[in-house]
Amino acid sequence: MPNQLLQSLVDGLLLGSVYGVAAMGLTLIWGVMRVINLTHGPLIVVGMFATYLLFTHLGLNPYLGLVLVAILGLLAGLAVYFIAVQRVINAPYLSSLLSTYAVSMILIGVGTFVFTSSPQNVDYTLGTWGLGALSVPGNRVVGAITAFIVAGLLYLFLNRTRPGKAIRAVANNRAAAELMGIPSNRILALSFGIGAMLAVVAGGVIATFFPFTVLSGSDYQLKSFVIGVLGGLGNPIGALVGGLLLGIVEGVVPMFMPVGWVPVLEFGLFIAALVFFPNGLFGARRR
Amino acid sequence: MSTATQTLPQTAPALGTVGATLRKPSFWVVNGLLLVVGVLPLITGNSTLRESIFTVLISAALAASLNILMGYTGYVNFGNIVFFGLGGYVGFFAMSALGWNLFPSMLLGGLVSGLLAALLGFALLRLRGAYFALATIGVNEAARAFVANFEPFGASTGMHINFGVYSQYGGAASALQLSYILMLIVAIVVACVSFFVKDSRLGLGLFSIREDEDAAIVMGVNAWRYKTIAYVLSAVFPGIIGVIFFFKNGNIEPLDAFPFQRSLEILVMVMLGGNGTVLGPILGAGIYQQMRGFLLTNDLFKNLQLAFAGLALLLIVLFVPSGLVGWIRGRFPVTRRWLE
Repeated sequence: MPNQLLQSLVDGLLLGSVYGVAAMGLTLIWGVMRVINLTHGPLIVVGMFATYLLFTHLGLNPYLGLVLVAILGLLAGLAVYFIAVQRVINAPYLSSLLSTYAVSMILIGVGTFVFTSSPQNVDYTLGTWGLGALSVPGNRVVGAITAFIVAGLLYLFLNRTRPGKAIRAVANNRAAAELMGIPSNRILALSFGIGAMLAVVAGGVIATFFPFTVLSGSDYQLKSFVIGVLGGLGNPIGALVGGLLLGIVEGVVPMFMPVGWVPVLEFGLFIAALVFFPNGLFGARRR
Repeated sequence: MSTATQTLPQTAPALGTVGATLRKPSFWVVNGLLLVVGVLPLITGNSTLRESIFTVLISAALAASLNILMGYTGYVNFGNIVFFGLGGYVGFFAMSALGWNLFPSMLLGGLVSGLLAALLGFALLRLRGAYFALATIGVNEAARAFVANFEPFGASTGMHINFGVYSQYGGAASALQLSYILMLIVAIVVACVSFFVKDSRLGLGLFSIREDEDAAIVMGVNAWRYKTIAYVLSAVFPGIIGVIFFFKNGNIEPLDAFPFQRSLEILVMVMLGGNGTVLGPILGAGIYQQMRGFLLTNDLFKNLQLAFAGLALLLIVLFVPSGLVGWIRGRFPVTRRWLE
């Protein structure tokens, strides 16, 4: 039993780090422009299918392919920003919720049309790696390493580069940033692009773990919301920690209850976090 | 929304405004429209027409219910279909397992939906704006997961009604007729309630929350209580409609009862017709169903229906945020007496 518990814990942590990357994208966009990106789920699916197509049709290694997938994600995010978000960025939140939702309906609609809703999978495995008494799938380990590399790069980008600093400035106070000569519209577009890129990359990694369909996005989107809220919306590093937490819950809970109940529990956790910790578990105080 | 103030009642009514509402031309425009369109298939006896108008009435009533929360209060609910599914499940359980009649089952479905909304509202409506919208996405997923695992409701396979049950309503044919008439009545009741709420103190409070929640609270509006009342009102009718729909349908399954896509379609209908107006969601439902019918019969567009709904929503949100009725009201002020 303790061994099994440890095994579930490790599985959960490896998986959770990837969920964390997806949630970082969601939370970055919220933090910078106060927009809840409801195209998040479909963008994750874009990553899954991009990885799938690159692997099956071009034979590209799914982890090397992530670089191409990331560029695609950045472009997709910029497109969504300029088409759907830019016009309503200063309107009440209802507008941006509905406009990103509309884009997600279009993506899912077209996706279902092209790929149908039958399950696909990336048939690529690195075998099972033994670690003492533990045995973990190689895909999960490489996926988790990728997740930490991405998180590290994001951290360096936000803290060490000029555009990254501009993003943080705009997140802090858009009007003041504009007065300092920062082109806020371009910075908002860039943030949205990076947020989308993180979602797409996470999707690409998840595709190497589990089978997926065009409609899988909603599950992962919900997980991202839970994580984002746990870690504090607007806090990318909190999102990674939140992801690890959710991973632990997902890994360990099915040992004690039927797997079908996990979404119900996740949702309960979500509501509890929203109501009791509106600024995340690590948030200092209520705004 | 920039045009939001236009939909506020012209005069500030105190309590007991039912008489004033009944004297408004726009009240009779909406109800007259519903009545004429609704009675048409009963007079002609055209059952194909009846079925298509049944679908429109369901959408119209669901859209008008959502409008009370989304249009009046400015709170998006992405899981409004939960109450349709849950009410349907509870009423269906009462009919198939407990052998209840349709009428008490309808009341039960509405009551349970309202209660659930009150409980959910108790927790969720402490959240503001976008946070609430996020939570409602979770409500839908969780409700489906719950019902799919809940044994008394048949878990993932659902439940069905024994065909013999229909005999107490005079056979299957007249049960269909009965469901239609009930649906028409419910649609009219929802329209009336929408008007009464809009012209009441409650309505004014809701509109002020939509415009500026902090200011409303400062002015003495108990925002949390008002929002919960709006949420409950927008849940009761979908619960009743669910019972009627699944009574007519004869069986119920988790995927039919919580179709997330329907939640979205209803949202599109509200925005299409005019968020915050009474006529808008009803008109939007009619237009959307016509458009959907056209897309479904066209081979090229059949599978792209969701994408088109999304495109319609995007264009409305970006370019005509007040919807059709709101746009007409803004463009031609003469019509404001008649269209609301």
